Amino acid sequence: MASSTLGAQAPTRSCDIAVIGGGLLGSAFGWGLARRGQVCQVFDEGDTAVRTARGNFGLVWVQGKGLGMGRYARWSLQASRLWRGFADELEAATGLDLAYSRGGLRFAHSEQDLQATVNNLKQIQSDMVEEAYQFETLEHSALKKRLPLVGDIAGATFCEHDGHCNPLMLLRALHQDMQRLGATYRPNTKVERIEPLAGGGYRLLDGQGERLCEAEKLVIAAGHGSRALAEQSGIELPIHADQGQVIVTEKVASAFSYTSDIIRQTDNGSFLLGASSRDVGMDTRTDLSTLGQIARECVQVFPFLRQLRMQRAWGAVRVMTPDGFPVYQHSKSYPGVFSFACHSGVTLAACHALEAAQWVIDGAIPSDFDDFHPKRFHVQASI
Amino acid sequence: MFKRLSEPKAPVTFEFEGQPLKGEAGESIAAALLAAGIIDLRRSGEDDSPRGPYCMIGNCFECLVWIEGQGSRQACREPAREGLKLRRHPGRPDPQAFGGGS
Repeated sequence: MASSTLGAQAPTRSCDIAVIGGGLLGSAFGWGLARRGQVCQVFDEGDTAVRTARGNFGLVWVQGKGLGMGRYARWSLQASRLWRGFADELEAATGLDLAYSRGGLRFAHSEQDLQATVNNLKQIQSDMVEEAYQFETLEHSALKKRLPLVGDIAGATFCEHDGHCNPLMLLRALHQDMQRLGATYRPNTKVERIEPLAGGGYRLLDGQGERLCEAEKLVIAAGHGSRALAEQSGIELPIHADQGQVIVTEKVASAFSYTSDIIRQTDNGSFLLGASSRDVGMDTRTDLSTLGQIARECVQVFPFLRQLRMQRAWGAVRVMTPDGFPVYQHSKSYPGVFSFACHSGVTLAACHALEAAQWVIDGAIPSDFDDFHPKRFHVQASI
Repeated sequence: MFKRLSEPKAPVTFEFEGQPLKGEAGESIAAALLAAGIIDLRRSGEDDSPRGPYCMIGNCFECLVWIEGQGSRQACREPAREGLKLRRHPGRPDPQAFGGGS
């Protein structure tokens, strides 16, 4: 696959659809489009890019998402329903093991925490109407029965639709299989400019003004790099950086087969601890106070974690929208240019690959997804 | 395999897998074990193969050993001390066997 290593030297070529961004979001689209027979090119920055997926926790997560937007709750549930088949298809095509398994807990440290979570989940159920998912509320003793290693916390909510996977293998599988399906992956190639062509379609250029490719349609899925590209295409993209830090421990024998939103044991045996959120711009450095807070919270859930050595910790910046829900849009002034932004690249990978890729081919985002348009941020205050 | 250049001036006694051993106070556990002819300090967490000290300067983590009461430690970075109880590191220790916890 010479084209995958040629990078910026690859000749200008035209294609049906150019995807800008080779992370989890762009790769899901690249694979989904190639799988539907589209000739596509996927442009990726180099290793120094600010990669939002570095902060991901490998979760396919449903519970609690979409409080205040039923459409997002239903979309997350749909992702979970699609995920098994999505993983099976990728695994069969690549021989890789995505280590997808299901069952997720949200731990509650206090009775008030537990009650608040239950109330939120009930609210989401009522917003989802007939498509609502079920969850179980586990008081301490019921939780302890399922997880004997759990510490002195109030309880947890359990949702069978939640799950986790090996996100490194997911990205590798998408890259490997989209190229097998004919997509061209162009690493170390930062797209800086988008120019509309007279006869329709668009030309992509790099920072030196070199032509990179001409395409009928574009998918902007470049994480924090999306904003500048979207603005050139008449798309407003209200996103900001939300920093998260993650701790990884030494490997131990399997002790937690479910997953949770703050603690998960990887298929390699390490424990990942996380879920911090800080507003510090594009700063990816870790700090002791945040790491200490993560560690304290996780040790309350599983006291044995105290005895594990920390191997590494790192920071990353998620793409966050003002309300935390995805922003999907199709440019009015630049037909065929789509922009997708969200912070759930792993969960929604199945939806992006298996559903949303078809929208790009069709040339329109279904009206059923109007809630994802950023016009929701323009609501005027009533007088 | 390895031979001490001189006898320990300040000998300490410690255990590895229940076997009493002698080392020099302050030398690394890895050096003391190698001098005692023990090179198999742990099992790989990936394929269970036997592993032992390699870099001896704290970089490679091949020399992990299990110190009772402390857990995983790099044998090359921990000083030999009187009364230490060491066990072969199992590769992936079992949290179920950690006891008490906190």
